[in-house]
Amino acid sequence: MTATDYRTRADRARRAIADQTSGPGYFDLFWTGVAGFFTLLALIPLVLVLAYVVFRGFSRLNWAAFTQLPPPPLAPDQGGFANALIGTLIMVGIGALVSVPFGVLAAVYLSEFSQGQVPRWIRFATNVLSGVPSILMGVFIYGLFVITTGTYSAVAGGFALGVLMLPIIVRTTDESLQIVPKQVRWAAIGMGASKFQTVLRVVLPAALPAIATGLTLAVARAAGETAPLLFTALFSQYWLDSLLQPTASLSVLVYNFARVPYEGQQRLAWAAALILVGIVMLTSILSRWATRKQIY
Amino acid sequence: MTSSTSGPKGKPIEARSQRSQWSDRSFTWLTRLMAFGVAAVLVFIGVQVAIDAMPAIRRYGLEFLVTSSWNPVDDAYGALPVIYGTLVSSFIALLLAVPIGVGTALFLSEDFLPRPVRTVLSFMVEMLAAIPSVVYGIWGIFVLIPFLGPIGDWLHQNLGWIPLFGTAYLGPGMLPAALVLTVMILPIITAIARDSLISLPPALRQAALGMGATRWTAIFRVLIPAAFSGIVGGIMLALGRAMGETMAVTMLIGNSNDLNISILAPANTVASLLANQFAEAGDLQIAALMYAGLVLFGLTLVVNILAEMIVQRVNVYK
Repeated sequence: MTATDYRTRADRARRAIADQTSGPGYFDLFWTGVAGFFTLLALIPLVLVLAYVVFRGFSRLNWAAFTQLPPPPLAPDQGGFANALIGTLIMVGIGALVSVPFGVLAAVYLSEFSQGQVPRWIRFATNVLSGVPSILMGVFIYGLFVITTGTYSAVAGGFALGVLMLPIIVRTTDESLQIVPKQVRWAAIGMGASKFQTVLRVVLPAALPAIATGLTLAVARAAGETAPLLFTALFSQYWLDSLLQPTASLSVLVYNFARVPYEGQQRLAWAAALILVGIVMLTSILSRWATRKQIY
Repeated sequence: MTSSTSGPKGKPIEARSQRSQWSDRSFTWLTRLMAFGVAAVLVFIGVQVAIDAMPAIRRYGLEFLVTSSWNPVDDAYGALPVIYGTLVSSFIALLLAVPIGVGTALFLSEDFLPRPVRTVLSFMVEMLAAIPSVVYGIWGIFVLIPFLGPIGDWLHQNLGWIPLFGTAYLGPGMLPAALVLTVMILPIITAIARDSLISLPPALRQAALGMGATRWTAIFRVLIPAAFSGIVGGIMLALGRAMGETMAVTMLIGNSNDLNISILAPANTVASLLANQFAEAGDLQIAALMYAGLVLFGLTLVVNILAEMIVQRVNVYK
C-alpha cells in the first residue's frame, strides 16, 4: 500500500465522521423511520388476518355449528363442524398421551441425570427434530402406521401430532426444570430422599407451572396443525365411531372447505378458522400471563 | 445418642433399601431410554422415509432431481420443478423478511418506544408465528389473492419484458405464496435477532457512543456486526421453516408442476406436492412422493443443523 492510499483512506474516514457529527442528523432520522416503518409493516398482517377471521367467522358460530355434521355442498347455512371438533380433541388427546410422558421423562434425563456431551447431542437432535417439516411427520406415520394397519385413522393422526409435539415438550420441560435452583435438589437429597423421590416429589412439582405452560402451548400448536393429518387421519363427513377409521379435524375441514366453490362450506371454514385462531391466541396470551410471575 | 451413625430420634442410619435403590436405577434408565428415544425418532423419520422411497430411488436414481415431468400415467417422475419452487419461494420470502425482520428487531430492542409498548409489540409480532398455517391459507385465498390482482396485472403489463413478470397474473401462484411465507417466517427472524441484540454487553454500545458514533452508526458498525451470527442463525432457522411450510403454500401456489421463471405463474413446492397427491397416489407414485419427501428432509436437515450450530455457538457467550 502506498502513502496516497493511506491518505485517501484517512480522508474518507474524516469525511464519514464529519458527515455524521455535523448536520441535523438526517442519517439517524432516516433509519429510525425505516425501522419504524418495517415494524408497522410486520404488524399489519396480524391485524388484517385476525380482523378478517373474526369478521368472516363470527357470524357463523351458532348452536348448529357446534352440534351438527358438515353440510352438503349446496346447503347454504346449515350444518356444523361437531365431528371435526371431536376429531381434533381426540387426536390431540392421543398425541398428548403419547408424547407427554415420553417428552417429560426425556427432559428429566437431560436436566437431572445426564452429564458430559450426551445431553448436548440429544438437545441438538431435539432442536433439529422441531425443525423437521410437519408434513414429513405425516409421511413418517403414513409409512409406519397407515400402511401397516391398512387404514387412515384417528390413532395415526394422533401419533403424527405426538411426533410434532415431542420436541416442543422436551425443550420446554427441560428449560422449566433447569430454572429450579440446585439448592432445592440438595435439600431433598440432604433429607434422605432418593433420586426418584427428589425428581418426582420435589423438582417436578416445583417446575409444574412452567411445564404445564409448555404442554399447553404444544397442545395448542398441535390443534392448529393440518399437514400431519392430511394422509394419516384424512377426513370424514360422519360421526366418529371407531378410532381406526378416517377422522375429521377442524384444520383439515378449513383446508377442504376453503377450496370449494360452495358458499355454505366456505362460511363454515371461516368459522372453524376462527375457532383454531381462538384456541391458539388464548393459550399464547394465558401462558404469557402465567409465566410472568414465576415462583423462583 | 453420641454415635455418628444414629439418625433422628436415635434410630441408626441404614443403607437404603434394596427396593429404593432398584427404583432409583430403573427410573434413571427409563429417563435415559426416553431421551435417546427422542434422538432416535429423528433418525427413524429419515430411515422410514428412505425405505419407503426405495422403489423410486432404484428406478429413477439421481436423475429424479433434474428431470421435470410428473406424470402418474406413464410413471415418469422428476422433482426439479418442486425443488426449484421450494428454493425460490423460500428465497423470495427471505429476501423480504430479512430486512423487515431485522428492522423490526432493531426498532423493538432499542429505546425508541417505552418498554411496555415494546413488550406488547414484540408479543404481537410473535403471535404471527402462532396463527395456524391453514388460517393463513384461507386468508390468502379470499383476501390476499384478490388484493394482489391489480398489482399483478400492473406488473405484467408494465414490466412484462422482465421474465420474472412474463406471464399474466392468474391468482394462485408463486407471488402470493411467497408473500404469505414472508409473514410466517418474519416472527422467527425478529425474535432471534432481537434476542441476540438484547443480549449484547451494554459496554459495546457505550464505547461506540463514547467514540462519537450516533445511534445508527453504533447500530450499523458495532451492534449488528456483534450480533451477526445470532441474526444469521435466526435467518437459517427461518429458511428451514420456509422450505417445509406446507398448508398456506399449498393453498396459494397453484400446484402446477410446470417449471416457470415468472413469479406470477402457478408453481409448486415439495411440501405442497406431498399434501396434494399423497392421499390419492398409487404405489410407485407414493414411492416417488416419498423420494421427494426424502429430498425435503435432507434439505431442511442440513439447514437446521447449520442453524443450530450457529445459534448454539452464540449461546455460549451469553
